[in-house]
Amino acid sequence: MLLQLCAPLTAVFNVLPGSIADGFIWSILTIGVFISYKILNIADMSVEGTFALGGTVTAALLTIGVPVSVAMIVGAIGGFIAGVFTAILHTKLKIPAILSGILTMFILYSINIHVLGNKASLALLGRITLMRKLAEATSPMVANLIVGGIFALLTVGASYWFFGTKYGSSVRATGCNPEMARAQGINTDGRIILTLGISNALAALSGSLLAQSNNNVTANMGSGAIVIGLAGVVLGEAFVKEKWPFAFRLIGVLAGSVLYRIVIALALQLLNGFLTADDMKLISAVLIIAVLAAKRFSAKRPLKTKSNNLSENLNAENK
Amino acid sequence: MLKINNVVKIFNKNTINQKIALNGIDLELEEGDFVTVIGGNGAGKSTLLNVIAGVFSPDEGKIILDGKDITNVPEHKRSADVARVFQDPMKGTAAEMNVEENVAIAKMRGKKRGLGWNVTKEDKKKFKELVSQLDLGLENYMSQKVSLLSGGQRQALTLLMATINKPKLLLLDEHTAALDPKTAEKVLEITSKVTQNQTTVMITHNMKDALRFGNKIIMMNEGKIVFSASGEEKKKLTVNALLEKFAIVGNQTDRVLLS
Ligand SMILES: Nc1ncnc2c1ncn2[C@@H]1O[C@H](COP(=O)(O)OP(=O)(O)O)[C@@H](O)[C@H]1O
Ligand SMILES: [Mg+2]
Repeated sequence: MLLQLCAPLTAVFNVLPGSIADGFIWSILTIGVFISYKILNIADMSVEGTFALGGTVTAALLTIGVPVSVAMIVGAIGGFIAGVFTAILHTKLKIPAILSGILTMFILYSINIHVLGNKASLALLGRITLMRKLAEATSPMVANLIVGGIFALLTVGASYWFFGTKYGSSVRATGCNPEMARAQGINTDGRIILTLGISNALAALSGSLLAQSNNNVTANMGSGAIVIGLAGVVLGEAFVKEKWPFAFRLIGVLAGSVLYRIVIALALQLLNGFLTADDMKLISAVLIIAVLAAKRFSAKRPLKTKSNNLSENLNAENK
Repeated sequence: MLKINNVVKIFNKNTINQKIALNGIDLELEEGDFVTVIGGNGAGKSTLLNVIAGVFSPDEGKIILDGKDITNVPEHKRSADVARVFQDPMKGTAAEMNVEENVAIAKMRGKKRGLGWNVTKEDKKKFKELVSQLDLGLENYMSQKVSLLSGGQRQALTLLMATINKPKLLLLDEHTAALDPKTAEKVLEITSKVTQNQTTVMITHNMKDALRFGNKIIMMNEGKIVFSASGEEKKKLTVNALLEKFAIVGNQTDRVLLS
C-alpha cells in the first residue's frame, strides 16, 4: 500500500532533474517562439527547421574538429539567416507568414540532411561538447542542468534588455500595431526581418545545446518544435498575467518551458504502458488546447470589467 | 510649404473594380495653414491624406514638402515630417504597451532608435508632465497599458504623440468621428491647443467644425476639389452655404449626413 503511494512520488523525483535540464535547454527555443508569436504577432514555422539546423551544424562542425564555441555560433548564425529568409518572403514577397515559415522549414529539411553528410543522424559521443568537461567532473545530468540553466538565464536577461531599449520597443510596437509603428517612423519590414532572425538564432542555439546534451542529432529533431515552443509560451502565460511587467512574462516563459518538460515526463512515466514517446505530440497539443480553453473561459469576464473600471475612473476624474 | 501637384490615385487599375479615388488634386499650403476638408463618403478625403502620408504612392502627380519632392519617399521615412491621427482610436497607439512607452516611441519619431533604454527616469517625469497637459487625469496611469484607456483618451494621447516633436505637417482624419459628442468636444479642444501655429489638414464630417477650425476649407467630390475658400471668404461661410455647394455638386444623399 505504502509502496504504491510512493511510486508516483519516486517517479516525480526521478524525472525532475532531467526534465528541468531539458526545460532549460528548450526554453531558449520557447523564448524564440515567444518573440515571434507574442511580440511580433507572427506564427513562424521556420523554427522547426532552424532548431534542427542549430543541431546539425554544431554536430557537423564538431565532427571535423571545430571548437565548440565556433560550432555553436555558426549554428546560431545559420538560424539567423534562415529567419531573415522567412521574413523576406513575408515582408517583401508578401507571402503569408505561415506559408513563408513552412517553405523555410521544407528547405531546411533538405539542407539539414546535407549538413549531416547525407545522413539522417549523427552521433556526437566522444566529441568535445560544451557539457563534456563538466559531465566528466560531475555527471551528465548536472552538466546539462548547469549549462542549460546558464544559457536560459542569459537568454531571458538579454531579451529583457533588448526589448527595453528604444530599438527593442520599436519592435514591440511593430508587432502590436504596425500602422502606428510606421506612422511613428518605424521601418516595420526591417524590424520583422531582424527580429525573426533573432528568434530563429535562438531556436538554433537551443537545438545546438540539445544535440550536445543528447550526444546525438537527427535531421528531423526539429519536428514538433513549434508546438513545444508554443506549449511553453502558453503554459507560462497561464500563470503570468499579461499586464505584469515584461520581465515576469519572460520568466513565465522560462518556467512554462520547464513545467512543460516535467508534465510530459510525468505523463510518460505514470501512464507507462498507455502512452509511449510517440504520444508526446498528442499530449502536447491536448495540453495547449486545455490551457487555452481554460484561459478563454476563466479570464474573459474579469478582464473586461477591469478595463471598464479604469476607463470609468478616468472619466469620473474628468467630470 | 506643401505643394500637391495634379495628384491622381487609381485603385485596382485596369480591373473591373477600377476606382479613381483622386482625380487631379492641386493644393498648396503655407506654413501655419490649417485646412479643413469636407466631402461625402468615398470622395477621396482619406486617400488624399494617405497619399500625403505615403501609405500609397500616387499614380500621377507630385507631392512637395518644404521644397523636397517626397512623392516616392516611403511612409516610415516621411513620418518625421508628417504626423497623423487616424479615425479609429485603436490605430494610433500600441495597445499592449503602456502610456509612457507609447509616448517614448513618439518622442523618437524621425530619430535613430538605438540601444539606449526606452523610458529613462527623466523621461518618466517629462512625459508625465506632458500628458498632464491633456487635462484628462491620464498622468496617473502612465504605466497602464493603453488598451485599458477609452477611445477618447487614446485619441487625445495620439494627438499628443503626433505633435510631441512638432511635425512639419499634421494630418487628422475624422479623428473625433468615432467618439461620443462630449468626448469629441474634449478632443477637439485638445486639438486646437496642440495645433497652434501647426500646419494641419483636418478631415471632418461635421460642417460646424469645418467652419470653426482653420483658415482654409476645401470640399471634395469624386476625387476632385470642387470648392475651396480661405481667409475672410471662409469666415463668412455658413453651414447652409456649404450645403448649397453640396447640392450643386449633386451630392444629395449626403445632405442628411452632413447637417
Ligand atoms: N485601399 C483601397 N483599395 C481600393 N479602393 C479604395 C481603397 N481605399 C479607398 N478606396 C476607394 O476610394 C474611394 C475614396 O475613398 P476614401 O478616400 O476612403 O473616401 P473618404 O475618406 O472621402 O470617405 C472610395 O470609393 C473607396 O472605396
Ligand atoms: Mg475617410
